Parts: sequence; C-alpha cells; structure tokens
Amino acid sequence: MYGWCGKIAKINLSDQTWSVETADPEILKKFIGGRGLAGYYLRKKITLNWDDPDMPLLIFTGPLVNTRSPTSGRMTIMSRSPLTGTVGDSSVGGSFGTELKKAGFDGIIITGKSHILAGIEILNDSIRITDARHLAGRETGYVNSLLKGKGSRAVIGPAAENGVVFSSVIVDRYFAAGRSGIGRVSASKNIKYITVKGTGKTKIFNAQDLRKAREDVFRLAAASPVLLGEFGISRFGTGALYDLMDARCMMPTDNFRQTKFSHASFMNAHAFKKRYAPKKSGCRGCHILCKKITKNHTSIPEFETMSHFSALLDNSDIHTVVRANRICNEMGMDTISAAATLACFSEISQKRLSPNEIVSLLLDIGEKRGLGAELGMGAAKYAKRRGRSDLAMAVKGQELPAYDPRGAYGMALAYATSTRGGCHLRAYPVSHEILRKPVATDRFTFKGKARIIKIGEDLNAVADSLTACKFIFFAASLEEYAKIYTAVTGIKTSGQDLFKTGERIYYNERIMNSANGFTEKDDDLPDRFFTSPGYKNTSIDIDPIDRKAFLEARSNYYVVRKLDKKGMPVPDTARKLGLVIS
Amino acid sequence: MDQIFRIYEDKFLKSGLADQGTPLLGLLDARLSWNRDDKACAVLERLFEHLNINALVFSQPAEPYRSIVDYLAETSGGIIFPGDCESRTFLHDLPVSFSFSLESIILALKERKSVIIPGQGIITYGTVGLEQAYVTFSSVCFACFVKFFSDYLFDITHGKINNIRQNLFDLLVKRLEPTPCFKTSLMKGPFDSEISVYQAIQEAGTLIVKHRLVDSYFGNISFCYNDTLYISQTGSSLDNLQGFIDPCPLDGSSCTAVTASSELPAHLKIVKNTENNAILHGHPRFSVILSMICDIEKCEYRGQCHIKCPHERFVCDIPIVSGEVGSGPYGLCNTVPEAIEGRPGVIVYGHGVFTAGKTDFNRPFKNLIKIENDCRTEYFNRIRSFHRYGRR
Repeated sequence: MYGWCGKIAKINLSDQTWSVETADPEILKKFIGGRGLAGYYLRKKITLNWDDPDMPLLIFTGPLVNTRSPTSGRMTIMSRSPLTGTVGDSSVGGSFGTELKKAGFDGIIITGKSHILAGIEILNDSIRITDARHLAGRETGYVNSLLKGKGSRAVIGPAAENGVVFSSVIVDRYFAAGRSGIGRVSASKNIKYITVKGTGKTKIFNAQDLRKAREDVFRLAAASPVLLGEFGISRFGTGALYDLMDARCMMPTDNFRQTKFSHASFMNAHAFKKRYAPKKSGCRGCHILCKKITKNHTSIPEFETMSHFSALLDNSDIHTVVRANRICNEMGMDTISAAATLACFSEISQKRLSPNEIVSLLLDIGEKRGLGAELGMGAAKYAKRRGRSDLAMAVKGQELPAYDPRGAYGMALAYATSTRGGCHLRAYPVSHEILRKPVATDRFTFKGKARIIKIGEDLNAVADSLTACKFIFFAASLEEYAKIYTAVTGIKTSGQDLFKTGERIYYNERIMNSANGFTEKDDDLPDRFFTSPGYKNTSIDIDPIDRKAFLEARSNYYVVRKLDKKGMPVPDTARKLGLVIS
Repeated sequence: MDQIFRIYEDKFLKSGLADQGTPLLGLLDARLSWNRDDKACAVLERLFEHLNINALVFSQPAEPYRSIVDYLAETSGGIIFPGDCESRTFLHDLPVSFSFSLESIILALKERKSVIIPGQGIITYGTVGLEQAYVTFSSVCFACFVKFFSDYLFDITHGKINNIRQNLFDLLVKRLEPTPCFKTSLMKGPFDSEISVYQAIQEAGTLIVKHRLVDSYFGNISFCYNDTLYISQTGSSLDNLQGFIDPCPLDGSSCTAVTASSELPAHLKIVKNTENNAILHGHPRFSVILSMICDIEKCEYRGQCHIKCPHERFVCDIPIVSGEVGSGPYGLCNTVPEAIEGRPGVIVYGHGVFTAGKTDFNRPFKNLIKIENDCRTEYFNRIRSFHRYGRR
C-alpha cells in the first residue's frame, strides 16, 4: 500500500489490551485519513455521551504524512466534544503524526477507561500502557520534558484532569490541539499522555511526480504574500494578521462590544518580535515555519491568542499576553475559549480585568479553584448560569475566535454552519474576504457566500484529512494537492474528485450532529451581531448584520449543502455521497 | 446578480479580452443565474453539478487572442505548455478539448482551471466568484499571446515556420494594437502629502491599464513617502486602486501590508537600496516575449532560465534577469533591485518589466512605454532581418 500504512491501532483501556485493525482500502479512499477517517470511526459511536467509556478518542494521520509532501506533518484528534456536544476535533502539528506513521499506523482508536491515570507508549509496532499516577496534576511542559526520549508526545495538563471542558492536548510542548475540549476526553479515559516513536518509511508511488508537484506548491507559496512574504506568517507568525484585522476594523474587542482596539499598534506581531526576538520553528516537514519560539523556549502566541488576550480583554500589557499563553499551554487549555470565557465574565461582572486578574483567573480555571471551577465550563454555560446567555460570544457552545463576523459576512455564515461550533477554520473565508486569495470577495455581502462557504468547508475537510496545513491553501489549491495525492498513493484523482470527498466528510459530520439533536437553531450567531454596531468613523461603518440577509444566506447554504430546510441531512444526498443515515 | 454580470461584461470588453455580447457568465449560489440565454447553457449548467465551483465563464476571446488560442489549441496535441511566469506558477498548463462535450470539458476542468475548445472559446471557473474566472481567462489569453509570438521568433530562426503559421502571423501583425504612446505628463513630484501619493499611484495605475502595459489590469505600483511604502494590494485592479493601496512602514512596525502585492519584497529592496521612490511593474507583451528568446545554444540551464540563468543578457540595453514571483531563493526580489540601479528598467524573464524613478511616476511610466516599444520594434526587426537574410 502506498501512502497509508494500512494499519490502525485499537487500544482498550478498560481491559488494557490492544489490537491492530487492517484498514479497508475502500474506506481509506472514501475518507482519506485525518479528520475524514476519524469521522468515519466516530460516527459509529457518536450518540454516546462524550465521557462514556465506549466513546472513542481518535488520533489519525493522513496518507501524505511522513512523505515529502509540503506541510503534511499534521494529524487530527477527534471525539465527541465535551464543550459543545458536536463532533469535536482539532488538527495539530508537531511531529506526532509523522512518528505515528513511522511506527506503522494510520491512526489510533482509544476506547474504555483506565482504572488509574495512565500513559500510552508506542514504539514501532509495540504498544505499552503505563502507570502515570506520578504525573497527576503536572503541567504539560514538565511531562513533555520527562518523556522527551520517547519520541513525539501528546500530553494533557491539570485543566483536563480538573474538568475544564475546553481542555487541550499539547503536542511536543508547543503545538496545541486546542479546540473542542479534546483534552477533557483524554482525561475522562484517564490518559495523561501518549508517546510515539517509529523508524518506518511510508511508501511513495511515484517520487518523481511528487518532486514535480512539490515544486509547484513551493512556487505558489513563494508567490504568496501571507505565507512567505515580507510580512507573512513565516516571518512574523500568524500574528501577522493582527494589524490587518485591526485595520479592517474587525478585531473583536471588549467581548465583541467593539471591533477596533486602540492599543493595537503596540501589541502587534512586530512588537512581539522586537521584545522577544523569537526564532522560526514549525511542524515536521513544513517549510513555512510559522511557529515562533524564543531562546528560552517561550512560545510566541498565535494570532487568535494574541488578539483575544489583548483586544478582547482590553489588555494592553504585552507580557500578560505571553504569560496567559504560557499558562494555557501549561495547564492544557484552549487559548481562544479561555480568553473568550474571561471576556464574558468581565462583561457580566462589569469589571475590566487587570493583567494580574487575567493570570490568576486562568490559574484558577486550570486548578478548579473558586470562580475558576465555574469558568471552566466555558462561556456559554457560565453565562447561562448567570442568566446572561446573551453575553456568551459562542456558537453551539464554542467560543468565537478573533474575527468579528460584522466585518466579514462569509465568516458570519461560516461560524454559524461550522460542525464544531464557533470556528474560523472550517471554511476559512478570511482567505478571500481579507487576504484576497485566490481573489478578493466583497466582505460586506452575503451574495454568493452560501456556495463559497460550502466549497471552503469541503476544501478544508480534505486538507485536514490528507493531512496538509490549511495555510498552504492561501497559495495552492486542491489542483496541486491532487497531483501530490496521486504521486503518493498511486490513486488517480483530481482536485474536483477530492472536493467530492471533502463534501462526504463534511456531510458525515452534519449527520453526526443531527443525530445528537443539532438543528438550524444551532446554526446561528449571538444576538449582539445583529443588534449592535462595531467601529464607526468617517471612512467605515461596521454595522450590525442584517438578520434577514443572514437567514436567507443560511437557507441558501442548506440548499447548496443539500440539507433540508431545517438544516438536517437527507437520505438521498447521503446515499449519493456513499453515506447512510440510519 | 444582474449588476455583477454587467460589471464583468464591461471588464471583458474594456480589457479587449472579449467582444460585446460574447461572454457567457454563470453564477451559482442557491440558484444558478446566467447573464444571458445561450444554447451552451444546457451543457454548461451541468458543469455546476459535477464541479465544486460557483462561477463560470465561457467565451470566444476577442482578436487577436481568438486566432492565437485556436491555432495553439489545434496544434497542441491536447495540452498547451506556455513558458511565461504567470502560467508556470498559477495555471501550469492549458488543456484543450476538441469537442464541446460535457464529459470532455469535465475531464479537463477537474484537473485545471481552464479548458480551450478550438473554434468555440475558453471555459474558466471560479470557486469564490467571477473575478477568479475572469483572471484565469485573462491569463490564458496572455499566456497564449506570449507563447505564439515567442515560439514564432524562435522557430523562424530554426526554419520551422509553415505557410499556415506564416499566414496567421501576418494576419495577427495587422491586428495588433498600435504601439502605446504618451505625450502629456503625470502628477509631478515631490509630493507633499499622503493624499497626493495615493492620487499619483491611482493615476499611474489607470494609465498603465489604459496603455495595455499589463495583462488585463494586473501588475503593481508603489511609492515611498515619509519612510512608508504605499503599494497596490495583491490582485488589485491597477485602474481601480482607491481603497486598495497598503501603507507599509519601512521599519517593519506594522504587518498591514500582508495583503500587498506579491512583489513587495522587490519594491522594498529597490527603495531601500537605490535612490528610487516610485516603482512600476507591468507585463508588457513584447518585453516578455523578447526576454524569452535566448541565442545561447547548448546552455546547461535550458529550461531553467527563469530561475537560474547565469548569463548577463540585455535587450535594447535593458537587462534581463531571472526570478520568480515573490520571495524565496529564486524570487525576483534577489535580482531586480540590483539590476535596476542606474538603468531605465529591468525585464524579468518571461514575466514583466520593472521601472523606477526618484520623485514621481513620469520617468518610470515613460520608460515602461519606451522599453515596450523598443522591444516591439526589436522583435519585428529580428523578424524582418531573418526574412531578408534567413533561410525562408
């Protein structure tokens, strides 16, 4: 088999056993790997509670991983989200995916529950379940250092053990599988860490074709201002977007009460670079290297973190942003959800948080101390408990990232339709609405956006399944990646064939969510975005979104996605996509 | 939808890419809309069922593109391989379908962004709108134009021109637009305000497009004022730059220019390393064509001229350098800034021309026109010289 290993490790923690399943080549073709393949396996158990021992925790790589395919060193971790109840997944870099392939596995399916806090150690084709009780409550950095000789490490922090529903999994110290609360699922199974080390190679069908296709992608990346340009993410990290979001007046500020941050010019990527002088780093096998790490191993916050721990909390202390990022990573918490939950708390309590309060509240959340226990439920549940659901800026219970939807209507629709709740990455319309790639679209209109969002969702479902980094699609397209896929796997395909696979993967996720009762009521935005304006000056008005236009776009999306009028999947479409609705 | 269709019908006409009433434009959101009725709609609407796209263009290109595209398609064997930079980077190659059948069109469009159907037109698509389909259509026309004329000059020196091609060449020459000519002047510098800078950039952009010194309306423009480089955004229309100019502080204190032109690194190096403040970059055709003609035989870098040409080459005393779009080890930002020092301009192999000036756009604009006109004259001189002394 080319590209894939053809083997999936199945670990049952309840009886401490493991076995190897041979992957069905037809299923691999239909779902590729990563998010798609994980979704295929999750579907069978999706109506179980997220903490049911039989609910799987799935870790999947794709066929391009451990090859010379550009930006392919990623993987997906998936389960049912404790935060939202939807499909819960996170794509993460580092070298875990590559090591997993080297060890000979396309994925791991973990079920059951360990009777003690445990670790899983994979060394080529051998799997050991270890006693990890001595690591209980320890921060991710400490555990990561301790396990360094064991290959790549995926670790949860105290937050997950203490019940925080937006807990992350930290890979190789710096890379977070942040969204959806996946860390909490791991904690529910009593898994503190997973390590993997392998020595195998992935077989390539046609190395020469791969080299040619690689060159095409590299050429496109070099031509991309946002990737390798003077102010692109390779030089400044994803924080390169910070100035742009503020300049476009769509930087969520003060819990989304404003869309422009008066301190932005002192809190931008340049300011971080100047103060911390970080170096380039990145995922295994990536030439973009968007991760920025200082000499003393401090990770410079990603754009979302940078924005939310400054503008969203009205914080103008740059060091607090770095500290908050470090605490979240050490505790194992999603930075977006953590910051947005604090912003929600700040508005409800009508209290601007000082830098010290930001830091101490984060520690309280991670340690489940005092108010932290309540905030660890996430913004939506916290706000509901306080009788102020209107102040939780979340979709399907997941807190919104750092693009105000009033400043980009495709993003507004994408937030609403995302299968994992408030997420910018499912359709990633920032690409054309803000970054002008592949061409610019009008960010203040819903016209045509239903189909554009659907296409974006399908594209990114493929990217997460191959797996490849979504950033590369600011420059390249599935046209180029189809050539790579064929060169690696030997399976003749085209960009459009891959789009069809992406459609299947996305529809499968809609089916899972509908099985858990999600309807069109959940495909919606907080009221604030329809009633309150953002920034205004003489040259721009960030108006509230016209609800009627939004609802029309959402209806159009259902037509385009071939759902019924309530946003529910229909058997005929499912059948045409090779899926079944039971 | 009607308003969007009118905008693009107008763009096709103004840029000389298609004649009035020719482009068939389709847009799909929840419902599919066409700009007009056409019997081709029956086939084309099925493309939307098979392809994950939201916009489609089908049109015969206007002359001279039409004859060129048809000729190249008919003699291609199924795929046209252009050698210019834009095609190499973004289109890769141009598939041809010899029939207007759904299956054959789908097959081509599953792989690439366009398909040429000889005698009938070009189909292009977009996944985020008509602009994308328009850009691809324009790039196909530009790529074919450059390929036809550069291949002709190369082949005539190798005795490979048959009568059909010769007749077509003669016909096309008669159909070429007149050489660009500019006798008045642009806004005079030095500029004393940011507003003047914006105005000057917009004026230069409009004139570049008007004089057809770019393919369609792409290229880039910048001006450095008060330690800030004001530069056109990536993918912006040079004849409509209002609101599409990014200020880029030279000290790098803001990343707002992350949406600036791909050639920002080259612009920055030019203003930092030379005395120039005004920079123009266009894709004038005969400059691009001549840059691709190299007399050096048996060169070990043949096929890699765009990235590795080690020779000092000139056309009409203008240096030709290698370099690809944007940054990277082979980026033109590594070759253009050095070469432009003390010269009227630089031609980048298979790509376009950079010109620069100190205080305003007058000198760079006039140089851009002069380089193109000189190259055009030189091109036909070489043809004439060969007819006079060559093997034909």
